[in-house]
Amino acid sequence: MAELARNEANIVQEEQATSLWKEGWIRFRKNKMALVGSGIVLFFILLAVFAPFIAPYDMNDQQLSMRLQAPSKEHIFGTDDFGRDIFSRVVYGARISLWVGFFSVLGSVVIGSLLGIIAGYYGRWIDAVISRIFDIMLAFPSILLAIGIVAVLGPSLKNALIAIAVINIPNFGRLIRSRVLSIKQEEYITAAKAIGMSDARILFHHILPNSMAPIIVQGTLAIATAIIEAAALGFLGLGAQPPNPEWGKMLADSKAYLTQAPWTMVFPGLAIMLTVLGFNLMGDGLRDALDPRMKS
Amino acid sequence: MNEPLLQVKGLKKYFPIMAGLFNKQIGQVKAVDDLSFSVYRGETLGIVGESGCGKSTTGRMLLRLIEPTEGSIVFENEEVTKLSPQQLRKVRRDMQMIFQDPFASLNPRHTVEKILEEPLIVHGIGSKEERRKKVREMLEVVGLSSYHAKRYPHQFSGGQRQRIGIARALMTKPKLIIADEPVSALDVSIQAQVLNLLEDLQKEFGLTYIFIAHDLGVVRHISDRVGVMYLGRMVELANSEDVYRNPKHPYTQALLEAVPIPDPEYKKEKQLLSGDLPSPSNPPAGCAFHTRCQACMDICKTTKPAWKEVEQGHYVACHLYT
Repeated sequence: MAELARNEANIVQEEQATSLWKEGWIRFRKNKMALVGSGIVLFFILLAVFAPFIAPYDMNDQQLSMRLQAPSKEHIFGTDDFGRDIFSRVVYGARISLWVGFFSVLGSVVIGSLLGIIAGYYGRWIDAVISRIFDIMLAFPSILLAIGIVAVLGPSLKNALIAIAVINIPNFGRLIRSRVLSIKQEEYITAAKAIGMSDARILFHHILPNSMAPIIVQGTLAIATAIIEAAALGFLGLGAQPPNPEWGKMLADSKAYLTQAPWTMVFPGLAIMLTVLGFNLMGDGLRDALDPRMKS
Repeated sequence: MNEPLLQVKGLKKYFPIMAGLFNKQIGQVKAVDDLSFSVYRGETLGIVGESGCGKSTTGRMLLRLIEPTEGSIVFENEEVTKLSPQQLRKVRRDMQMIFQDPFASLNPRHTVEKILEEPLIVHGIGSKEERRKKVREMLEVVGLSSYHAKRYPHQFSGGQRQRIGIARALMTKPKLIIADEPVSALDVSIQAQVLNLLEDLQKEFGLTYIFIAHDLGVVRHISDRVGVMYLGRMVELANSEDVYRNPKHPYTQALLEAVPIPDPEYKKEKQLLSGDLPSPSNPPAGCAFHTRCQACMDICKTTKPAWKEVEQGHYVACHLYT
């Protein structure tokens, strides 16, 4: 009994100021799959950062005598048709995929949020114009739109990144717009107006922070999609150009050797799959942690 | 009573009803229809009425959180309805609001300190240290502790949150506070505490209240004068005691009779209101109350009753008194 009482006293003492973010983190920590996902993501981030130290060979080092070697002690993932070490290329490829995934999503989040906030907060004709533009963009299959944009800008990794950022803008824009529409009706926004607050302060101090949770969740999941889209563009020859070791491009280059040298495709493919899985698990975990009501 | 702090004349709010493919206006809801009253310095004006009678809309229009369709609001000799957004923000420093739902009216992502500091930041009052000090002082004033400043709203009970809401309204030292059903979301035991707090604060800071509620007991407890609203119009306005002891308007009488009396032996022929509140988009012609009135006469169905002072300071809009 005494011990029970002491435990309760401890609990009361531990109850300090916990923000909603902190509570979300506590929920996230308890979610095993989310931790696995974050572990995978962290693993690939470390791989990307320390690529020069991890990769045993230069990513473009061609040893033509060693073409299409099966995995061995020297080349644990084997070699491709130019005799390049696939392990080294996959490691360097993490840099490209994460870079494209992160920055394309950052771009669409910033632009999408801005448009979404303006549309949601000011409403009327501004909302009508912005929302119709989003609708038009969403009417195209996204990869087709991306191909179109790259076709106009010219094929390169940078342009693929821009294209992926652009096609994801309406997703974020509509998400934020709907959040703003619902938060705008909250009484604490009315209270903020009653205090005499300016629109800008209401937007950036009240509405935006309260819209962050779904942006973070959607952003994490979108990185996974962006990586796949970048790989798809690379596969089609519209993204990274040779000799960049982009994973999608590696798949495309090795498809002719699928039967003789399956390792040329398996390892880049696995890398894509694992990264995407990691971001998806992490995103799902963040969703459950930050907004328990969204859980279906 | 001394000079009026706030004068409202002919205040109207019509909400348009839009429908159809081209969003054509097919009608309007007369949420507030031709409302006139004054609030004197240092008094508490209670406004009571059923749900949907326009009392909250009135409160929000006074701060222009809802734009009035027509009418004038004069606060300290300044016409509030004609102010530019910048001027309006300055006026809001002197006119604050306490909200009904203490769970919805505080930003869940801000600490109490930030919530209370914000009115001061917005109006550029004090340095950072001064503001922090004021926040802690104000927390003590409303019956919380200064160590509560670092906590978040979800860590408080409903009554405590309402105290935070009251503290926020007081931060800028306003002259007028519009309390929109400040206790109706609270437990009865907490209601009394919060009402007493409001009364104490009124004495301490010389505040003027407009107290909106549907609970007649609560309004009687706190108000100097009481206005009764029905379907967007005021039907009776008088000193609190006059309204409760000597109600003139049949609607006020019916409302008071509907108040339960805590005595199981007590039996009385009650004239309870029958029927529903008519739709404010299509209010009855003449006196809006005639469809439910016990004393309805022919004239009530055709002519709007005039707003008349039938006794000293006792105003009624009813044909019985013309």
